[in-house]
Amino acid sequence: MEWKIEIRNRKGVFDPLGNGIKKDIQDLGIKGVKKVNVSQVFIISGDIARPDIERIAGELLADPITESYILGNERRTATKGSPERSRGANSERRVVEIAYNPGVMDPVEESARKAIRDMGIYGVKSLRTERKYFIEGKITEGDFKNICEKLLYNKVIQHAVKERGAKSKEHSNSYKFKLITIDMLGADDKRLMKISKDGQLFLNLKEMQEIKKYFKKLGRNPTDCELETIAQTWSEHCGHKTFRGIIEYKEEGKTKIIDNLLKNTIMKVTNELKKPWCVSVFKDNAGVIRFDEDDNVCFKVETHNHPSALEPYGGSGTGIGGVIRDILGVGLAAKPIMNTDIFCFGPPDTAHKKVPKGMMHPKRIMKGVVRGVRDYGNRMGIPTANGAVLFDELYIGNPLVYCGTVGIMPKDKSFKASRCGDLIVAAGGRTGRDGIHGATFSSGELTHESGTVSSGAVQIGNPITEKKLTDTLLKARDKNLYTAITDCGAGGFSSAVGEMGRYLGAEVDLEKALLKYRGLSYTEIWISEAQERMVLSVPRETLKELMSIFKKEDVEAVVIGCFTSNKRLKLRYNGNVVCDLDMEFLHNGIPRFKRKAVWSRPGYKESENKGKENFTRDLLRILSSWNVCSKEWIIRQYDHEVQGQSVLKPLVGIKNDGPGDASIIRPKFDSKKGIIISNGINPRFGFIDPYRMAGSCIDEALRQVIAVGGSLKKTALLDNFCWGNTDKPDRMGSLVRASFGCYDIAKAYGVPFISGKDSLNNEYSVHGESIAIPGTLLISAISVMNDVTKAVTMDLKEKGDLIYIIGETKNEMGGSHYNLINNCVGNNAPAVDAKEGLKIFNRLSETSKLGLLRACHDLSEGGMAAALAEMAFSGGLGVDAELRDAPCEIKKDRVVLFSESNTRFIAEIRKTDKKVFEDLMKGISIGLIGEVSGKKALRVYGAGGKKIIDVGIDKLKEAWQKPLRW
Amino acid sequence: MKKPRVIILRTAGTNCDKETASAFKMAGGEPELVHINELARNEKFLKDYQILAIPGGFTYGDDIASGKILANEIKYKLNEDIKGFINSGKLVIGICNGFQVLVKAGILPGLNSGAVEATLSFNDSGSFIDKWVELEPQETCVWTKGLKETIELPIAHGEGKFIPRDNSILNQLRKTGQIVFKYIDNPNGSIDDIAGICDVTGRVMGMMPHPERYTLGTQHPRWTREGLKEFGDGLAIFKNGVDYVKEKL
Repeated sequence: MEWKIEIRNRKGVFDPLGNGIKKDIQDLGIKGVKKVNVSQVFIISGDIARPDIERIAGELLADPITESYILGNERRTATKGSPERSRGANSERRVVEIAYNPGVMDPVEESARKAIRDMGIYGVKSLRTERKYFIEGKITEGDFKNICEKLLYNKVIQHAVKERGAKSKEHSNSYKFKLITIDMLGADDKRLMKISKDGQLFLNLKEMQEIKKYFKKLGRNPTDCELETIAQTWSEHCGHKTFRGIIEYKEEGKTKIIDNLLKNTIMKVTNELKKPWCVSVFKDNAGVIRFDEDDNVCFKVETHNHPSALEPYGGSGTGIGGVIRDILGVGLAAKPIMNTDIFCFGPPDTAHKKVPKGMMHPKRIMKGVVRGVRDYGNRMGIPTANGAVLFDELYIGNPLVYCGTVGIMPKDKSFKASRCGDLIVAAGGRTGRDGIHGATFSSGELTHESGTVSSGAVQIGNPITEKKLTDTLLKARDKNLYTAITDCGAGGFSSAVGEMGRYLGAEVDLEKALLKYRGLSYTEIWISEAQERMVLSVPRETLKELMSIFKKEDVEAVVIGCFTSNKRLKLRYNGNVVCDLDMEFLHNGIPRFKRKAVWSRPGYKESENKGKENFTRDLLRILSSWNVCSKEWIIRQYDHEVQGQSVLKPLVGIKNDGPGDASIIRPKFDSKKGIIISNGINPRFGFIDPYRMAGSCIDEALRQVIAVGGSLKKTALLDNFCWGNTDKPDRMGSLVRASFGCYDIAKAYGVPFISGKDSLNNEYSVHGESIAIPGTLLISAISVMNDVTKAVTMDLKEKGDLIYIIGETKNEMGGSHYNLINNCVGNNAPAVDAKEGLKIFNRLSETSKLGLLRACHDLSEGGMAAALAEMAFSGGLGVDAELRDAPCEIKKDRVVLFSESNTRFIAEIRKTDKKVFEDLMKGISIGLIGEVSGKKALRVYGAGGKKIIDVGIDKLKEAWQKPLRW
Repeated sequence: MKKPRVIILRTAGTNCDKETASAFKMAGGEPELVHINELARNEKFLKDYQILAIPGGFTYGDDIASGKILANEIKYKLNEDIKGFINSGKLVIGICNGFQVLVKAGILPGLNSGAVEATLSFNDSGSFIDKWVELEPQETCVWTKGLKETIELPIAHGEGKFIPRDNSILNQLRKTGQIVFKYIDNPNGSIDDIAGICDVTGRVMGMMPHPERYTLGTQHPRWTREGLKEFGDGLAIFKNGVDYVKEKL
C-alpha cells in the first residue's frame, strides 16, 4: 500500500519559503503572482494500517501548531502533462508537485524511517518526499513553465510528478552477474577512441594505446571494470597529468622545456625552504603543519565546479562534504574545525537572454550554491568562517566553487600506513548508482548536453550520515583501531582502495559492499561515487572493537576485502574475478603528457582621465560593484560560530557588519594559540599577466594574515588553479606563467606551499564555440598565531587617532576596480616587490604584537579609497585625509586613491604612539595621511589641496550593502 | 562538595556538545557526553546526573522539522525517565536545537503534562541566521537568576520563531513568568519577541540563543573595540545551573 501525506501550513500561518519563491518569481520578470504556498508531501509505502498512518501524519510529520495534513492512498493518475489548475473569481491557482528522480538521494528518508520505527511502527518499505507548490495569480502557461523550470526544479535531479509507479521501478531490478570484457586487442585507433568516448572514460589515444599494449602482453582483453579503474586513476582529476607532464613553453620568442611544472614551481618552493614545521606536504589528502606541542593542523581546498554548474545545491553541498572527508582522511583522521568557501559566478543581473542554452541563470546558481554550503556545512557543525565571492561574465557558463576545510589532529595521528593482512572496511553511507563517472566527467568540458549525459555525476549529499561518521571515526582513531584511512571521493572505492593498496596490493569482494538498493553491477559498485563513505585499513585483532563503536552510533561499516603483499589489485564478485591489475601499471603506467604552451602579452584599453576633480561617484560605484559589495546576505546564512572557537568573525565593527580581512579561530578553549585563514584571488589581474596575478594573490592572502595581527613565521599556502582547456596552448601558457609567479613570490616571502589542486577544462561549449573561464588562481593561507588576544580588526576605533598608509603606491591601475567601473582593463597589473614587502610584513607584525595597531586593513579591490571608506563605516566614524604625504611613484590623485598596488595597508595609531610607531617603521615607505574624525564623513583632499572626496559614511555604507541585500 | 554531574545528550547531528561541555566545566560542573543510544540500551542512566543538557545542532538533519525526530525518540524511549528526572527537582536546559526538542516533545512549556503547546517554526526571513542579539532576561527561572539587565549572545538557527498554540497559552506564559528571554530586536518573527522560556518550576529552560558560544571574551564580535573581557555573558547561565545543584541537591 502506498500512502500519500500532504503537509500544509494552517490558515494564517506565514509561509516564508513560499514568500521567498514569490520574490524569485518577481526577479524573473514575471508579474501577477499574488501568493505562493509550499507544502511537503511524503509518499510512504509498505504494510501500514490506516490508524498507524494517521499517527505518523499527525504526531510526527505535521507540526500540531502550524500545520495540518491531508491523507490519501490513491495512486495519482496522469494529468495529461499539465499541472492541475483551478479557477477562482479573480485569481487562478496552479499547482505542481516536484519529486526526486529515481536514484537521487533523499536525505529525509533515512531519518524519517528511523522516527517511524521509534514510534513502534515497522512496516515501512520506502519513504520519499516531494514538494508541492501552489501559485496564485494571473500568469500565462508559458510563465508557469518558466517558473517551474527556472525556479522549482532541476531536471538533472528532479521531475514534475505526472504519474506514479512508472519511474520508481528502476532500482528494484535484481542484478544477474555477467562478466563484460571490452574488445581492445582487436581495435584500431579509431575504435579505441570510440571506446573511450562511449564509455565516458575521457582517455586520449596515447593512453588508450598504452592500455591496449598492457593487455596485449597479458594476452587478453580488459574487463569493463579494469578499464574503468584505469580511467579513474589516470583522470586529470586524480592524476594531475597536465601539471606533471612535459611542457614546451614559448614566451616572447624564447622556448623552454619544463619537465613537470608542479615539481619545478609549487613544490620547489617547499623543498627549497625546508621549514621544520611542515609535517606532511603534497603527500596526504591535505597539507599538514605543526600547531603546538601536541597537535598538528591541516588544510585543504577542493573544487566542485562542474557538478555545481549542473545542480548548484547538490554540487556545492557535496563539494563541502567531499573536502571534509579529505580532512577526515588525513593521517589517521583530523577533526574538521573550519570551512572556507570561495565562489565565482556570472553577475547576478545578467540578462536572461545572455545565458547560454542548458545553463542556469547566475543568480539561481549563486542562490543554490549558497544554500548547498549552508545546509551541508551547518549540519556538519563546522563553522564556515571565511570566504570570497567574485563575479565576471566569463563565469556565466562555468561557475567556480572552491570548498576548503581546516582540521586538527594529535601529532601521533598524523601518518598512516596500511599493512599486509589488514582488512578493508567501508564505513558510512551505502553505495548506490549515484555519482557514476564524477572523476572523469569533471576532467572534461561542459556542453549544453552535460545535464543529460552526465547527470549520474550529480548528487545530493546527506550531511547527517557524514556527521555520524565523523564523530565515530574520531573515537575509533583515539583508540588506535585502524592503521590507515582514506575518503571515497572521485573514483569511489576504485581510487580509495587503489591508493591505499598502492604499495601493497588489495583484494576486494564487491558483493560485500552495502548497497542502497539492489541491481548494481560489480563495476557500478566499484566506481560509484556515492557520498559519505570512508575506507579504513583495520588489523584483524581490532576489528571487533571497531565494529562495536560504529554500531553504538548507528554508523554502518562492513569488511569488503583485505590488503595483500602481491602488488596486485584483484576484485571478485561472488567469487568471479572481475579485475586483476598490476598496481605498478595502474599507478605508473600512464604515458606522460606533452603539451605546448604559449604566452604573449595582450594589449588593453587604458582608462581615460580627463582632469577629473571629484572621485566620490567613482568610490560609490566601486563599493557597489559586485566583487566589493557586502556579502552579509551569504555570511549570515552560514553558522560561522559553531564549536565556539571564533576570535575574529567574517564581519566586524561597531554594527558587526564590516568586511574583516581574515578569520581567526582558537581551536582549544584553554590555549591562546590560534589559526588565521585568508585567501587571495583576483582573476582581473590575470587578464593582463598571470604572473602578476599569482604574485598579487599570494601577497593578498599574506596581507590579510598580517592585517589581523599575524606573522609570516608559521604561514603556509595552498594553490588552487581553475583554468580552461589546457590542450589549447594559450590556456596552457597562462597556467605556466602563473606557476612561475607562484614560485618566485612564495619563495621570496619564505612561505611554503603545502597542498594544492587543479581543475582544468573549465570551458563551456555552445555550438562548437568554446568559452573559457579566465585562468583563476586561488591562494589560501593558513597561519598559526601565538596569541589571539593580539588580534586586530579593520574598523576604526576612536576619534582623533592617526591614519597612516603603509607601503608605496605605484602607477598600477591595470585590472583595478576603478578601471572596471570605467569599462576598461588597462595594462599595468600590480607587481610584487617581495624584498620591500617582506620588510613591511615583518615590521607590521611587530607593531601588532606590541598592541600599537588599533585598526588595520589591507588595500585590495578599490585601493586606498575603498579601504578608507570600509574602515570608516565599519567603525561608525569619519576620516579626514589628504594625499600629499602618501608615498606614490607618481603624483596623481586617481592613482593614489584607486591603484591596487600590493603590500599596502591603512593603519590606525593612537596619537601618543606616533613616535614609537614611526621609529618602528623607519626605512619603510609610510605616510601620515589623516585622522579619524567624529563627523561621520569621508573627506579626502588631493595632493593639490582640493577636496576630491566628500561623502557621509552612511551613504558609503548604503552603496556597499545595497547590491546583495536580497 | 562533589561537582554536579551534567549529562550532555547527543545523537546523530548534535553539534554544540563540546562547547556546551566546556561551558559547564568552566562553571564548575562535571559534564559527560552521552549518546542517546547509551541511555536507550541501559548502558548509562539519567538518574546518575543532576543536570540534563540538550545542546544545539541539527539532530537527524532536522528532517521533517527541527528537533522533531529527537523529540519523537525521547517521547517513545525516555519519557518516563525525563519526567522522573524533572520531578525529582533536577535541572534541564535545552539550547537551540535542544530547545526545539523540549518544545516539540511537550516538555516545555509543560503547562499540561505532555501536550505540545507551542512550536519553533521557520524564521520569517525563510533562511538560517547567524548573528548576535541583545536579550532581556527575566528573573523567574533558576537558570536566569542575577543576569545583567541585557545580555548579548549569538543566535544561529533557521527555525527559531516561537509560536504558542494560542493566546491563552501565551497569556499563561506571561502570567506565570515563564518567558525568560526576550529579544530586544526580534530577528526571526517570534511571537512576543520570545527567545527562551522555562517550565512552571523554573528548573527546565530552553532558549534559542547560544550561551555556550559566549563564555570567553574573545568570542564577542566586538572585543577588539570594546575591550577584552575575561568571561562572556553566557557563562553566568551555566554557573546558575551548577550553583543551584551545589546548594539545593
